[in-house]
Amino acid sequence: MPVDSYKYLPRSMKAMYEATPFIDEPQVWAELPKPLHRCRVALMTSAGIYLKDSQQPFDEEREWREPTWGDPTYRVIPSDVRLEQVGCMHLHINHTDLLEDVNVVLPIRAFQQLEREGAIGELADEHYSFMGYQERSLADWRTNQGPELAARLKERAVDVLLLAPA
Amino acid sequence: MPVLARVIEGLGIPTVTVTMVPDLAAKFRLSRVVGVEFPFGHSFGTPHNDELMLTVSRAAVRALNEAGAPGYRLDVAAEWPVPLEIAYKTWHPPRASPIVARMLEQRRT
Repeated sequence: MPVDSYKYLPRSMKAMYEATPFIDEPQVWAELPKPLHRCRVALMTSAGIYLKDSQQPFDEEREWREPTWGDPTYRVIPSDVRLEQVGCMHLHINHTDLLEDVNVVLPIRAFQQLEREGAIGELADEHYSFMGYQERSLADWRTNQGPELAARLKERAVDVLLLAPA
Repeated sequence: MPVLARVIEGLGIPTVTVTMVPDLAAKFRLSRVVGVEFPFGHSFGTPHNDELMLTVSRAAVRALNEAGAPGYRLDVAAEWPVPLEIAYKTWHPPRASPIVARMLEQRRT
């Protein structure tokens, strides 16, 4: 059975998403540089998590002032993050479950298991958190954070990135 | 987030996207998509449900191993362990977001 993409969406958003046309840009494709069981894998979430003890939350004040704007920056989350360090600033989802177990949005534990099983080469030592509500053009992500993060991944010899929109 | 996947993949790093809205991901012509029929804010399952988190994560691994061309999609056959009417209500934030609050205000005036 195919997944029902609209099961949990309000009707107004369902109509908007269904009416979204296919983008008029070519498909993108990068081959795995080596077999996955030898690749270094990093994870990314758009749940707006951050480290309470060392990072600024995503900018809530400005989003309240400018409701069509969302903070485009990102936070680095280490593999050994402890639950008590995790905060969340995302005004469009409920935080209760992800603050009880951050793995519901950033599956570090599962990928550590996959590393032990040999399904992936290794899990990277850092992962990435964005806040998924963004202004419509996504200009910052296209021109700033996207290229910056790609360069950071290459510097860290990350072979594969898993993205999990929240 | 599909835009970030496209930018990063376009710069040479293969990606896989695990999403609750795979139909929309397809419209962004992503390389590898894994669909889950889960409420928002829960891409990999419920707290401490390691079995469900592994099921979704294994699907991502399968996608990375199997996909040979852009447009690959794999849907996870896992049911959300909470009734729909409860899950639908509880993924929403306790307070209306700024944009929703603005729309509600505009509707009232």
